[in-house]
Amino acid sequence: MSGNGHGYGEQAGEAAPELAQEAAPTTAPSVPAAFGLFSSDTKKNEDLKQMLESSKDSAKLDAMKRIVGMIAKGKNASELFPAVVKNVASKNIEIKKLVYVYLMRYAEEQQDLALLSISTFQRALKDPNQLIRASALRVLSSIRVPIIVPIMMLAIKEASSDLSPYVRKNAAHAIQKLYSLDPEQKEMLIEVIEKLLKDRSTLVAGSVVMAFEEVCPDRIDLIHKNYRKLCNLLVDVEEWGQVVIIHMLTRYARTQFISPWKTDDDIVEEHSENNFYESDEEQKEKDRNVKKTYTMDPDHRLLLRNTKPLLQSRNAAVVMAVAQLYWHLAPKSEAGIVSKSLVRLLRSNREVQYIVLQNIATMSIQRKGMFEPYLKSFYVRSTDPTMIKTLKLEILTNLANEANISTLLREFQTYVKSQDKQFAAATIQAIGRCATNITEVTDTCLNGLVCLLSNRDETVVAESVVVIKKLLQTQPAHHGEIIKHMAKLLDNITVPVARASILWLIGEYCERVPKIAPDVLRKTAKSFTNEDDLVKLQILSLGAKLYLTNSKQTKLLTQYVLNLGKYDQSYDIRDRTRFIRQLIVPNEKSGALSKYAKKIFLAQKPAPLLESPFKDRDHFQLGTLSHTLNSRATGYLELSDWPDVAPDPAVRNVEVAESAKEWTAILGKTKKEKPTEKFYSESEEEEDESASTSATESESGSESEKEDKEEGSSDESSASSSSSEESSDSESDSKESIAKKASGAVKESNAEEIKRKAKGISKTRNTSSSSDTASSSSEESSSDSKSVSDSRSDSDSGKSRSATSSKKEEKTAQDRKTASKQDVFLLDLDDFHPVTTPVAVPTAAVLSPSLTADLEGLSLSGSSVIDVTTQVFVPTKTHEMLHRMTGKGLSAHYHFSRQPDMFGDHMVSVQVTVTNTTDQKIENIHIGEAKLPLGMRIHEFNPIECLEPGGSATVSMGIDFCDSTQTASFQLCTKDDHFNVNIQPPVGELLLPVTMSEKDFKKEQACLSALYLLSNPRDADRNE
Amino acid sequence: MRGSLPPAEPFTFQPHPEARDIRRELPRHRGKHRQRQKMIHSLFLINCSGDIFLEKHWKSVVSQSVCDYFFEAQEKAIDVENVPPVISTPHHYLISIYRDKIFFVSVIQTEVPPLFVIEFLHRVADTFQDYFGECSETAIKDNVVIVYELLEEMLDNGFPLATESNILKELIKPPTILRSVVNSITGSSNVGDTLPTGQLSNIPWRRAGVKYTNNEAYFDVIEEIDAIIDKSGSTVFAEIQGVIDSCIKLSGMPDLSLSFMNPRLLDDVSFHPCIRFKRWESERVLSFIPPDGNFRLISYRVSSQNLVAIPVYVKHMISFKENSSSGRFDVTIGPKQNMGKTVEGVVMTVHMPKAVLNMNLTATQGSYTFDPVTKVLTWDVGKITPQKLPNLKGIVNLQSGAPKPEENPSLNIQFKIQQLAISGLKVNRLDMYGEKYKPFKGVKYITKAGKFQVRT
Repeated sequence: MSGNGHGYGEQAGEAAPELAQEAAPTTAPSVPAAFGLFSSDTKKNEDLKQMLESSKDSAKLDAMKRIVGMIAKGKNASELFPAVVKNVASKNIEIKKLVYVYLMRYAEEQQDLALLSISTFQRALKDPNQLIRASALRVLSSIRVPIIVPIMMLAIKEASSDLSPYVRKNAAHAIQKLYSLDPEQKEMLIEVIEKLLKDRSTLVAGSVVMAFEEVCPDRIDLIHKNYRKLCNLLVDVEEWGQVVIIHMLTRYARTQFISPWKTDDDIVEEHSENNFYESDEEQKEKDRNVKKTYTMDPDHRLLLRNTKPLLQSRNAAVVMAVAQLYWHLAPKSEAGIVSKSLVRLLRSNREVQYIVLQNIATMSIQRKGMFEPYLKSFYVRSTDPTMIKTLKLEILTNLANEANISTLLREFQTYVKSQDKQFAAATIQAIGRCATNITEVTDTCLNGLVCLLSNRDETVVAESVVVIKKLLQTQPAHHGEIIKHMAKLLDNITVPVARASILWLIGEYCERVPKIAPDVLRKTAKSFTNEDDLVKLQILSLGAKLYLTNSKQTKLLTQYVLNLGKYDQSYDIRDRTRFIRQLIVPNEKSGALSKYAKKIFLAQKPAPLLESPFKDRDHFQLGTLSHTLNSRATGYLELSDWPDVAPDPAVRNVEVAESAKEWTAILGKTKKEKPTEKFYSESEEEEDESASTSATESESGSESEKEDKEEGSSDESSASSSSSEESSDSESDSKESIAKKASGAVKESNAEEIKRKAKGISKTRNTSSSSDTASSSSEESSSDSKSVSDSRSDSDSGKSRSATSSKKEEKTAQDRKTASKQDVFLLDLDDFHPVTTPVAVPTAAVLSPSLTADLEGLSLSGSSVIDVTTQVFVPTKTHEMLHRMTGKGLSAHYHFSRQPDMFGDHMVSVQVTVTNTTDQKIENIHIGEAKLPLGMRIHEFNPIECLEPGGSATVSMGIDFCDSTQTASFQLCTKDDHFNVNIQPPVGELLLPVTMSEKDFKKEQACLSALYLLSNPRDADRNE
Repeated sequence: MRGSLPPAEPFTFQPHPEARDIRRELPRHRGKHRQRQKMIHSLFLINCSGDIFLEKHWKSVVSQSVCDYFFEAQEKAIDVENVPPVISTPHHYLISIYRDKIFFVSVIQTEVPPLFVIEFLHRVADTFQDYFGECSETAIKDNVVIVYELLEEMLDNGFPLATESNILKELIKPPTILRSVVNSITGSSNVGDTLPTGQLSNIPWRRAGVKYTNNEAYFDVIEEIDAIIDKSGSTVFAEIQGVIDSCIKLSGMPDLSLSFMNPRLLDDVSFHPCIRFKRWESERVLSFIPPDGNFRLISYRVSSQNLVAIPVYVKHMISFKENSSSGRFDVTIGPKQNMGKTVEGVVMTVHMPKAVLNMNLTATQGSYTFDPVTKVLTWDVGKITPQKLPNLKGIVNLQSGAPKPEENPSLNIQFKIQQLAISGLKVNRLDMYGEKYKPFKGVKYITKAGKFQVRT
């Protein structure tokens, strides 16, 4: 399927430029015919279409603006799709942008037509302007058309190695979009995420973590190596990224560190910062010491320290994120520092207040102390919205203790009188809770509540009754008076809950008010039919209880009530009646249970607990949507419990593991560039500068709060030293690889002329890539770079995109000359990413498998001699050269046969299979004029005289790619037609496979590093 | 909606008939995998009368009908202030803010920190305010294209991209009359075509190449007093919250440092991202490369240990007679110790109980209005002169038969005192590094009432 999609995408990609060219002078005769199609539709958009057809930009712009207006109002503008999409290639950037807006909205609905725009984006992806590259990627990835998934994948891969961090940021965003379009791409996307996580740009960090959270939140292992970097970059990441990173790190830390809570008292903390960044060896040493007392993992401490300054952020979301991080990760004694900042957020608008108050409510239940000093900040103002008021009340109640209860009760008195009755009712509940929690004030509260019973407002009274009922239940001792008082109120109260509560109270304590209870039953029996269901049920229980205690007086009354209940409309009440009757009225069927009727009805009932509604919320991570809703939201990621034993902290050491050496050696190359190389040095230095500046910046940011008490100067120095420590740390792998890279470097300095020649060769294609570099470097140089350090901090693979490819040319060029086998081996494995060339599209997917195959081949034999390996494996993967649609029925595929070419050793042999899918003969298939970059040669295949319908023929040809990955374009001609076709070689196809043992490999490698040090051309020769 | 159109044929391009067939065979993923889409999915702008006047989708389209849940909640909440910011619906979550009579309702599909969305929506509203001078329905409708372009830049796939006003203004130029005239003649556009350099540098908040002929830097130290005064006139709660708003018009890349005479006063501070936290921690100096134009440098709270001097007092006598349809209202406002500064811009607003029908009052100074619908009494006093204290006195008419209001309404007071920071905070000096010219510097102090409430 994907093959098909691929093929089609390609085809569209070639066809659409033609369309775009034609679309410009568009008043072609075909237009009226097309209009005819729409004539049945509403006429009102006709003028818009005409405007879009017009040759004037201003008219088009007007039309687009109106269309965007329609979209904004939610009107359907999809019928304009064909007219709009033609303008996607417009020179006017505003029109273009509006077309993008339109495309993103409607592409999904009009997938067929949306494909027409793809080629424009593909071209824009190569634009020298990074803004245009980025926006092309954005739009391309926003077009939710499944067919273009492979194109998107390719674009993302390329963009993830772009020179511009802005483009890389957009690549990270695109990952999520592609993932939601086609989750099957997950594995490939994770590779890209892994790569982007290594990015040192603050711009990228937030976005890639976002992508990580979305695509593979469970792949914690990807974070290990980047953990310290993320912590250090955090201060400089833009605020939205900070939120995402902090949430992710919270989850991470919960799985990697042990709980700091158990032994809060005897924490031995390493405040001495000097230790912290010392070499990994020492750190490991430390880790090996079995700790008897709890010692916080330095990485754990690093996270806490680096997030603390963010409490000062102006962004409420960041402050909240840090607050929850401290809540979930910090030792309890330290969590207090967040309360001040949270209270500050209460000055913000009501929505922020709402969320923050909710979180404070949850926190204040568990740790009152945190917010006690800020008690007064939660005082309610009459102008607060009700939801804010209730939350504040909740917090005040949580904070109530013996010391502040009198002040609080005074405050509550004001609230009870509030005009906002809902709030007043909530206050009464709050008073009830205070009364149960703090025994000293129970009586005061009860008296106060009884006073409220004479309140004029019914809701207040009703609420008081309910609360009093609960209170009495907790201590029923001597409250006969209150019950009597309430019984009197029954005549006036109409709120069902309150009436039910009173009846229940009287029934429950009927022995304390023996005179009143039967009278109440009499009254309510009279009004039974008009009562609410809730009240009816309570009347029934009251009757039952009285029947059991005082059957003399109430027998008849109860039976009357039971009879009423028997014929009630509600089945609940009928059920209850039946049940009660069976239980209390003795008859022959009633059995054993009725003996215990009294015990059943008048059992001691446990007092209700007056609890905060926020009590059980703390199992949700604070600050999350789930916490706010108090229910699991889709996609909520559970915060794991602390592990009992901390997983190996060494995984976070950014150091190359021994076993991975060989690989990193190779991989390292992609990341590393030779700072000595003149040709690209400009852009490189710029990049380095900015990278190291940001590193230093971030470091110093974090430093500042380590050394709270120290003075600025010492601060400064430790900051820079630790920053270099850090960077050397993380780049040890690339350093290792320098050695291997040496080979290339040496030879470059050696063979000046060759180099010059190679440059000449690559000139043609460098024009595109170097203009790219130039533009970005000029932009960068305009930005200020204060601290210029020439540390060879890594320039990531992104930057080397254009550079490596041309470097490779140079290298391979002279490699071939000297015909050195080991170099062939060491060379050129560096490019795992599709190399950008002006027309690059289809080959990416097959690249890495074939490379892997090559590498497998390498490690196969154990012989100590370096052999050129014969093919163990020839991939059968063919590439499409000419699609049958574009080829008018003639299709052509090619594959690399990986055989020594018969036409000459510089030639790469390519097998071309041509197939005739038409129903006519195709005659004289041959290669026509070729447009080759300088130095490239083609050995043509022998013309095929005639191809029968349905028949196919395989011929082989040779191409000298000059060891570059540039595309060979030529024409495939038939008798009466010719088609432009391209062949672009994956890097691996240009190599000669060799076999050597690991030992030999190391030996060769050692030689090379020595070479590098000497950097003497003749040494190199001798070795070879 | 989908499929209502006849299969549209492109005008100039006829795909090969077989090409279409191939595509048809492809299984379409559409709609199958929607389960994990993070962040903001769609945004609806709704006015007070419940019309959706703008919608924007960053991913697939969500039907307007999702807003019905919002309307339902709005109905339940009675007044706009009480609409819950987070609403859960069967398939989506709605997170909304209310700003300037507009509801910004965002549609979310999965777990996300709610504050993240709320903060972002406020940023959007701020940006509209910044661009159009006001964040109103008409302004948004008039500039719908710019609004769309802005939303497009601010959010990508539901994740914030560029929210810094300096950067947005480079990407999309704010509308001015002059520019719209020029654009209509020359056909040029409001859209910038290069990436703002700030995006890539370490100072993303500042645009590059700033040039002014007059280089000026102004700082407004604005302090607000939040207070609750009880019936008897004693202070229940008082706190000073301050901000420093800056207007910086300096060329090039100035590096400023601002120091205070008494920085210890500042208890809790939140910073604009431009401020170097380290310098503050070690030296209590604000060191920063400022954004261009207006921005909030810091906001702070003055430590609560300090006693807050309340600059005004209020004498009040409000009473409602039992079993009668009238009440008395008598309020006098006077200045307390103010370090010789006058209290001005005094306005009092009172939410009267629902039972109040009308008020017949006389003001010795200023004018008053009473809105019988919202029951809000507003008294615009103006400047207080100690010689003649302003007083508002008269009769309150109550609905006959309604029970006497139980609680007296609280009085919300606003006032302003120029040239005074009530906390005593003082800017010591402003130094500029990195540029050669000599800027004009200015500091202004002002004290205002924040949430200042007198219970009666």
